[in-house]
Amino acid sequence: MSDESITTEGKIKNMSIAVEFLNISKRFPNANYNALEDVNLSIKEGELITILGTSGCGKTTLLKMVNRIFDPDSGEIRLFGKDIKEMDSVKLRRGIGYVIQQIGLFPHMTIYNNIATVPKILGWDKKRISDRVEELFQLVNLDSVEFKSRYPAQLSGGQQQRIGLARALAVDPDVMLFDEPFGAIDAINRENLQDELLRIHEKSKKTFLFVTHDINEAFKLGTRVLIMDKGQVKQFGTPREILNNPADEFVTALIKSAEKQYFVQDGGGI
Amino acid sequence: MFAYFTKYYAKLLTALLEHLQIVGVTLLISIILAAIITILIQKSELITNFVIQIFSVVYSIPSLALFAMLIPVMGIGRKTAILVLVLYNQFLLLRNNIAGLKGVDNAIVEAAVGMGMTAWQVLYKVKLPLALPVIMAGIHLSVISTIGIATIAATIHAGGIGTILFDGLRTMNTYKIIWGTILCAGIAGFADLLLRILENILYKKVGFQNEL
Repeated sequence: MSDESITTEGKIKNMSIAVEFLNISKRFPNANYNALEDVNLSIKEGELITILGTSGCGKTTLLKMVNRIFDPDSGEIRLFGKDIKEMDSVKLRRGIGYVIQQIGLFPHMTIYNNIATVPKILGWDKKRISDRVEELFQLVNLDSVEFKSRYPAQLSGGQQQRIGLARALAVDPDVMLFDEPFGAIDAINRENLQDELLRIHEKSKKTFLFVTHDINEAFKLGTRVLIMDKGQVKQFGTPREILNNPADEFVTALIKSAEKQYFVQDGGGI
Repeated sequence: MFAYFTKYYAKLLTALLEHLQIVGVTLLISIILAAIITILIQKSELITNFVIQIFSVVYSIPSLALFAMLIPVMGIGRKTAILVLVLYNQFLLLRNNIAGLKGVDNAIVEAAVGMGMTAWQVLYKVKLPLALPVIMAGIHLSVISTIGIATIAATIHAGGIGTILFDGLRTMNTYKIIWGTILCAGIAGFADLLLRILENILYKKVGFQNEL
């Protein structure tokens, strides 16, 4: 495949495997254990994969390898069949949406300019940018007239993360990465955001990777759930498969720990 | 006192202009040099600490001693004075530049990198505007400090308001001392005002009007 296969807008079609991890291992400097140990995965285009695990299990490390915030010590990551090591990391990232827990909106820019960041970098013309921003406001259910000239500090946490989501979706990337995006948001807003994320995913048919430590969130959102512990994949399957056939004691314990909560108890509408 | 002014206003004006020239040239060189050094060293914490440490040592040398040390190499005159003042400023400017850049929230930087900004774009679109208040504080400090220390430069024949002050001291002429002081304080006050206006314009430009 030529370099043009990933254009700046990330338009890659006719490939069913979106992201592939091959024998990925990683150990951070000064750590005495592996953050990731021989991880092998393949994620199909259009899936919404939730990556579930406790702190330090390697889930965030795994996610951040896709946009090369981290590089693996060994192994290969393929994005639509192409080794990401061979790609320019800046170009790669422009084709991947990235939402983090701390949101990371630019406090010195208006909401409009925050959302328009990547389109501007890519040199879209003004009309195209403003049309797209308008569209994104609708997508994340915020009123553009009310919000576009405000600054991030003037928005609530939930509103800010909606903008974070809109900003990541701006150039319609084929892969979206979410690093516990709703972790710091109150329960009611979190549920609304989860519902909207599902709606956006349903509509866009793009590949979403979503890291969370909240089992209910993982099972609610994921078309498949990836359960990790100590840098290894414990189980990877649909929520139903995992609930019916937990792979080992760790997964069983994890499900038990959440059993008192409503979602898993009532079957979670799975 | 006003009689002195009306009689010697030409001399005072020359001293003032010389002083402004020394301060202006010093600041121009200092700010550009500090910006270049900041960009070069900011990647490595080790190098950053080392460079700032060196300039802090330089900063701790009394100005008269530093002038004296450089005379054998550079001779006397304005060039030597400007070099010394530029060296002093590097400590004030670098320390604030680095502190400002470092103070930018990591999450914001990570978001910028993750979105596909180049290192350069992260620097000028995100880090620099967010570090601006701290960077401007450094510039502010160095402007005021240069105006003061530049008076000492008169001891090596660099001209400026220091000439009037030292003349006054030597001849016990109170008027000279008072006028020299007034001019010096006047420049400092005026520069301060100018900087505040400039800062406000800059902050508005980068979008701080709601936070500051």
